[in-house]
Amino acid sequence: MPIVKIDGVEMEVPAGITVLQACELAGIEIPRFCYHERLSIAGNCRMCLVEIKPGPPKPQASCALPVADKQEIFTQTPMVQKARKGVMEFLLINHPLDCPICDQGGECDLQDQAMGYGFDRSRFHENKRAVPDKELGPLVKTSMNRCIHCTRCIRFATEVAGVEELGATGRGESMEVTTYVEHALSTELAGNLVDLCPVGALTSKPYAFEARSWELSKTESVDVMDALGSNIRIDTRGAQVMRVLPRLNDEVNEEWISDKTRHAIDGLRHQRLDRPYVRRSGKLVEATWDEAFGAIEAKLKGLDGAKVAAIVGDQCDAESMVALKDLMAALGSPNVDCRQDGAKLEAGARGGYIFNAGVHGIDSADAILLIGSDPRRESPVLNARLRKRHLSGHCVIATIGPVADLTYPAERLGAGPASLRDLADGKLGFFEKLKTAKHPLIVVGMGALARADGGAVLALARELAEKVNAVRADWNGFAILHTAAARVAGLDLGLVPGEGGRDVEGILDSCEKREIELVYLLAADEIDTTRLGKAFVIYQGHHGDAGAHRADVILPGAAYTEKPGIYVNTEGRVQVGQRAGYPPGEARQDWAVLRALSERLGKTLPYDTLEQVRARLVEVNSSFALLDRQAAGTWGQFGKRGAVSDSPFVSPIANFYMTCPISRASQTMAECTASRRQLMAAE
Amino acid sequence: MASLDRTARAFLLTELISGFALTLKYMFKPKVTVNYPHEKGPLSPRFRGEHVLRRYPNGEERCIACKLCEAICPAQAITIEAEPRDDGSRRTTRYDIDMTKCIYCGFCQEACPVDAIVEGPNFEFSTETREELMYNKDKLLANGDRWESLIAANLHADAAYR
Repeated sequence: MPIVKIDGVEMEVPAGITVLQACELAGIEIPRFCYHERLSIAGNCRMCLVEIKPGPPKPQASCALPVADKQEIFTQTPMVQKARKGVMEFLLINHPLDCPICDQGGECDLQDQAMGYGFDRSRFHENKRAVPDKELGPLVKTSMNRCIHCTRCIRFATEVAGVEELGATGRGESMEVTTYVEHALSTELAGNLVDLCPVGALTSKPYAFEARSWELSKTESVDVMDALGSNIRIDTRGAQVMRVLPRLNDEVNEEWISDKTRHAIDGLRHQRLDRPYVRRSGKLVEATWDEAFGAIEAKLKGLDGAKVAAIVGDQCDAESMVALKDLMAALGSPNVDCRQDGAKLEAGARGGYIFNAGVHGIDSADAILLIGSDPRRESPVLNARLRKRHLSGHCVIATIGPVADLTYPAERLGAGPASLRDLADGKLGFFEKLKTAKHPLIVVGMGALARADGGAVLALARELAEKVNAVRADWNGFAILHTAAARVAGLDLGLVPGEGGRDVEGILDSCEKREIELVYLLAADEIDTTRLGKAFVIYQGHHGDAGAHRADVILPGAAYTEKPGIYVNTEGRVQVGQRAGYPPGEARQDWAVLRALSERLGKTLPYDTLEQVRARLVEVNSSFALLDRQAAGTWGQFGKRGAVSDSPFVSPIANFYMTCPISRASQTMAECTASRRQLMAAE
Repeated sequence: MASLDRTARAFLLTELISGFALTLKYMFKPKVTVNYPHEKGPLSPRFRGEHVLRRYPNGEERCIACKLCEAICPAQAITIEAEPRDDGSRRTTRYDIDMTKCIYCGFCQEACPVDAIVEGPNFEFSTETREELMYNKDKLLANGDRWESLIAANLHADAAYR
């Protein structure tokens, strides 16, 4: 490893890193605009100049210079200071002085660095450059006069998002970042461009002029829009969620989040359930908690437990799920299910329903098979990770399932289970590639499992994984990619039909046949509510969506930003989200609602505080004790061997932007949907 | 000796006479009191009185909702909400000052990059109720229209020293 001297301090640094990274290791911050840890090196802003000995007698760009042994690096010499001041003056020549009306103000790299290296007046007396603004879709607002040509956005779109739509035309002063032919960006990761832009050239359109960074209170939380469990920071002003930003977590989302995660939050302001409702003579009327509980109590009186059922939604926190599980057990009902979409997953062996390899495991996989999954729509950030793996080379990717533009080339082996059977029997060439791969990864999506023969497909996938030796002591390449944020926690807690119980399909069937008389929907909206028949429906949730429309009693709950909650992502990683605000009106935290209801029904649940509920979680499944890490999944004989149908796998997500009550209530997501449709029609 | 001196002063009424002399002297001097409210004392151009929101000569409001005044206000008396106006420009939808919180430090006008919020020369804005002292944007803009000529003159007079 090379030994370098940075500002007179000798230290050993890893070989192959750049001077800028070496300085970072030494704890010295080098100003930069174009350099970004997760993008390729461009070296065009020239802000990171340092003095190097031995070398030419001029400052050098540290971001693009590899360290060498016996190098001496100076970061604070007069030459460096003068060079940086010069660069800053050039950058400010064409930068408008509109910080007061710029949304980046207060969190702007250029502003911060101009405080250190800027000059208090301009020596430039000619006219400033004027660049027309570009239209990049409903999420990114442009103000191209402010652009300093760092090309981070271009590199992000090309490398990470995988849409080669942004580029630069012209040279020098006339350089412009543009989409060439003006159109909205066709990526699900467009919001990250705003985070990347070091100045205010790209800002968030839905958030335009809404708040300043210093006004916001920041809360660390976990996203529930997809099953990846991206780490997010929720910024609130007063009671309102103003924006969502990613938190760094290299093992999960790196520093990206999808547009739905970032921008669906305006759905939290609309269609909210803020008080209990009870249906009287066909109409939902406002009620008090007491009246709502009274209606439920009256209905439940003398009702056999077998005639009661509960369906759990896709965004519930683990606390409310365990409370529901305990309440249903107390009522004597075995009809509980957390698999709204009817996925044929089993609650038994944990290895059978989690992304065993871990999201970071994708980085080491060298042969990847996607079964019935369109990760670009199901989890765009995970898809970006797959693309990153593709770009780093020596990795083959194949799919069995829907035709989709994944942003990286993938060999399509077939459309449905038949191809999977052929592959498992070794009839397809890809079998050998999986078998010879060091770290084969088999990703099974809900498109393959949420169907009648899902159990057989799961068994086939397991068989394949075992045949290609993907499940070993040192590597488990069997991975389930969920679409629901609550699913793994639900399966961990055993929210599946008990002895003689019915699953979602069975519950809906029995409702039609009037065998089930009471259904408890815990924020479950993705079922066919017309099939609930004459059953008495209790809906507990935060949005007036499908479930609430059909409900006979509505109990208002809290959305994910409004309650502290534990979520388990598709890898089986237990993560805690903090509360960023309070639910509106009379709505309450979901587990507390269930606890209050249980008391009214005379089956008081044995916990009064959040700590006690969390202790109960650990009691039910010890994996909840392990926070922020992935507990290894146990392997077992999951799946049901059987005949598979010929019908092709279809991705469960038709429209990426609207998949849950929150995103359906969001105006921004509606605009994105319209924009994407327009884009598709134009193609 | 001291008692003699005291006795002499008492009998010669010197203190009384010097007091009357002072009164007599002031009778011939120009008076310093003013007949408020009919007369008013002079004000510095930097006087920090009631707040106003100014407009440009073409009638466009100056405030661009940068929220620097809100950020700097030590009494947290200012509340601003903003959103894009129909023409896409950045404007406030709400600009409230709680005049009962305000300490008249003048930081808001120092922070303002466009001279929109200014503490004007008016100091006579007492009210009968507290509610009347919760100023909103309309009130502040109306103040601006009323006091614009004086404020512009004050800013001009003070500009040389800034």
